[in-house]
Amino acid sequence: MSLASIVQGLAGGALIGLACALALLAHGRIAGISGILGHALDGGSARRFRLGFLAGLIGAGALVALVAPSALGERVRGLPAIALAGLLVGFGTTLGGGCTSGHGVCGVSHGSRRSIVAVLTFMTSAAITVAVVGARS
Amino acid sequence: MSFGIAALAGALFAVGLAISGMTSPAKITAFLDIGGAWDPALAFVMVGAIAVYASLQRIIRRRVAPVLADRFHVPVARRIDARLVAGAALFGVGWGVSGYCPGPALVSLGGGTASALIFVVAMIGGVAFARRFAPG
Repeated sequence: MSLASIVQGLAGGALIGLACALALLAHGRIAGISGILGHALDGGSARRFRLGFLAGLIGAGALVALVAPSALGERVRGLPAIALAGLLVGFGTTLGGGCTSGHGVCGVSHGSRRSIVAVLTFMTSAAITVAVVGARS
Repeated sequence: MSFGIAALAGALFAVGLAISGMTSPAKITAFLDIGGAWDPALAFVMVGAIAVYASLQRIIRRRVAPVLADRFHVPVARRIDARLVAGAALFGVGWGVSGYCPGPALVSLGGGTASALIFVVAMIGGVAFARRFAPG
């Protein structure tokens, strides 16, 4: 761990916090990515918020690929394992009502005990998983 | 306007993920590798995000309503049940295997990373499966 990676972490984290604050201030909504994706095609007043947020998230990804392609890292596992992981993440975040952003950043900041339990649970299961399968294969 | 502000929030979020290293699966698994070559740097992402958001949300929620909507839609569920814990546990397994959580996967998808496309398609499948067979 270098000083640069700590500064980058804090700076990037601060931007994420600002993005969540903007979503709350403008739309009154939590910037929880799994919920935004899972309900993207639902009707109602939140549709523009969800589709707009996803467009910005994905569009900025294209920009990152142009400006700083090294930020988008290589995969650490074979494609079948990545597909299985995607299924688990989609299923688990739907069941658990959130992911690293919705529970981890927003829920914890709102003082939600549900979110604190969720974060402790997924941090623990993720660490156990890496202990079992290794950091890469 | 409404779409544009939401897109700005999404783009800021994506740039924050990219700057902080969250879009690198190898950095994620190194962060989770507590018993191995642990790299705790990503903990500072959480610290930075929560420090900023926790303070700003207190100020924002003093308002009667958000700027572009008629009311706040902050989750109010309080129940800690098996569904929450099992879901979070399964999410953690997928996160540890791939090094992707939903946000970074979508950013990487936008950047044209093929493995992120596979991950996101599977993730949408997982959402659909949960809604079909384990509706809340």
